[in-house]
Amino acid sequence: MFAYAARRLLTVLVTLFAASIIIFAVLQVIPGDPARLMLGINATDDAVANLREQLGLNAPVYARYFNWLADMARGDFGVSYTYSAPVRELVGERIVVSLPLAILALTLSTLVAIPVGIFTAARHGTATDTAAMAATQFGIAIPNFWFALLLVYIFAITLRWVPAGGFPGWEDGVLPGLRALILPAIALALPQAAILSRVTRSALLETMREDYIRTARAKGLPQRRVLWHHALRNALIPVLTIMGLQFAFLLAGTIIIENVFYLPGLGQLVFQAIQRLDLIVVQSVVILLVGAVITVNFFVDLAYAWADPRLRHRTQ
Amino acid sequence: MSDRDLIATEHDDLGQLFRRALRNRSFLIGLIITLVVIAVAMISFVWTPYDVTKLTIADRLKPPSAHHWFGTDHFGRDIASMIMEGARNSIAVALVAVAIGTVIGVPVGCWAAAKRGAIDEVLMRSSDVVFAFPALLSAVMITAILGPGAINAIIAIGIFNIPVFARVARGAALAIWPREFILAARASGKSQARITLEHILPNIANLLLVQGTIQFSLGILAEAGLSYVGLGAQPPNPSWGRMLSEAQTMMAVAPQMAIAPGVAIIVAVLGLNLLGDGLRDVLDPKLRRER
Repeated sequence: MFAYAARRLLTVLVTLFAASIIIFAVLQVIPGDPARLMLGINATDDAVANLREQLGLNAPVYARYFNWLADMARGDFGVSYTYSAPVRELVGERIVVSLPLAILALTLSTLVAIPVGIFTAARHGTATDTAAMAATQFGIAIPNFWFALLLVYIFAITLRWVPAGGFPGWEDGVLPGLRALILPAIALALPQAAILSRVTRSALLETMREDYIRTARAKGLPQRRVLWHHALRNALIPVLTIMGLQFAFLLAGTIIIENVFYLPGLGQLVFQAIQRLDLIVVQSVVILLVGAVITVNFFVDLAYAWADPRLRHRTQ
Repeated sequence: MSDRDLIATEHDDLGQLFRRALRNRSFLIGLIITLVVIAVAMISFVWTPYDVTKLTIADRLKPPSAHHWFGTDHFGRDIASMIMEGARNSIAVALVAVAIGTVIGVPVGCWAAAKRGAIDEVLMRSSDVVFAFPALLSAVMITAILGPGAINAIIAIGIFNIPVFARVARGAALAIWPREFILAARASGKSQARITLEHILPNIANLLLVQGTIQFSLGILAEAGLSYVGLGAQPPNPSWGRMLSEAQTMMAVAPQMAIAPGVAIIVAVLGLNLLGDGLRDVLDPKLRRER
């Protein structure tokens, strides 16, 4: 297990390194001069040259790349051109919106998907199963930002139960914060729940065909006990894998939903930074998000290998 | 893919396969929906109820009626006509993005499967790196850098299709290479490239087709997302995502503006997903029982 974990960790580091090169390289080809953008079109050439020097933009590309890596390793993510604030502070302010949103969405999605998956697997082939699977097809096809608009219209504009957008912060207590996050979380959770319930159902049906399940049935165990005590535990492994992937997606993929609800999260930060050519913010936030995706996948892989010894032996 | 499945597909001719597919409910419903969406897009080249570039302020925010099936927007444009032209944009972007993924990804995947060893390892680890980037975030980054527009949206979505097709092609090709008819082809002196073209590709085409429909539907969703944040097709070309973005500002007074584009996206994606599911059922009988 240790050897497997060490090998996977090495892959994680190599992937992160390669991702950092891609991010840095992509942002080098961006049209426009960040220094001129910061100073405006009326700035003199001298002022632009001075700012370029100050920002270190005149150094060779490789030097800037390694400086960026070295700074990040020290926890220094640089200073945003547009916010005039350290990127670490900006990320800190935004992560308290994006992380709870991702956790809330994943919780909602799991609370809906796992019972639906189990229920439909237990009633495989019945009209209920068919209807539920048809519903999940719709869930997968619905764009989450459209669903978000409908939720805003119903619950914010018509019923006025929750705010239509914005985030009050956590200073006034948990409840106002949660009220602001509940609609975006539901909008994010719907397609994820649809996917997860289909995965749960498929995994359970697959497990139910295993020999040990047949043995358990042959011993006369009731269907309910076979399902809950024998099949579910094994079927949950692929479900957990998908949940890990979904969490990474939810953390990084909220860019559009944060726009719909005007939420000051990481997605909105990076979106605005891209539009304003605030490269240091873009490269730092993107590498952090990619790092989060890779880290979550790493732990999911470890959990998978821990639960299924065949996997770690197969990859040795 | 098991040997039994391969045998099933190798011995079916296209006519038999199509007849079997038509008996599959998912495939049939998906095919009909997809054909209707494509037909709507095609008809919009020659006819739409109204000119979508014509602003008629007197007709603004009209509810659905016999004259305007889905009502009008805040500029008095006919929403049904915009939906028809928007279908063209969605289909074009998603289809070309799938083509980019296929044309680059499939040869890369087949090459990796044929060569194995270091080349395979490097190509697959490279695709791991691409997969580590949250797709939508990266698509936003690419379109923002290249500039908003349909062509750049195609590139942004297409780039993420490349590793998907490379992986599917490689996985499927690896299952074919050890088979006896490939061994026979090698013994007869055929090159790896020729074997790939003549034997591997025809045998993995069905899996690629299924993946193609999935990526097509994801492409429609991604294009809608990019257009929604203003990075997709630019005015005056209508796009479903931008229609939703414009509807958002009018939600309190004209919620109907948001209904039609949303339903259009759902119908198009649903049709393709059902088509993909049906195709998978028909082409890969092993999976049929599970779903």
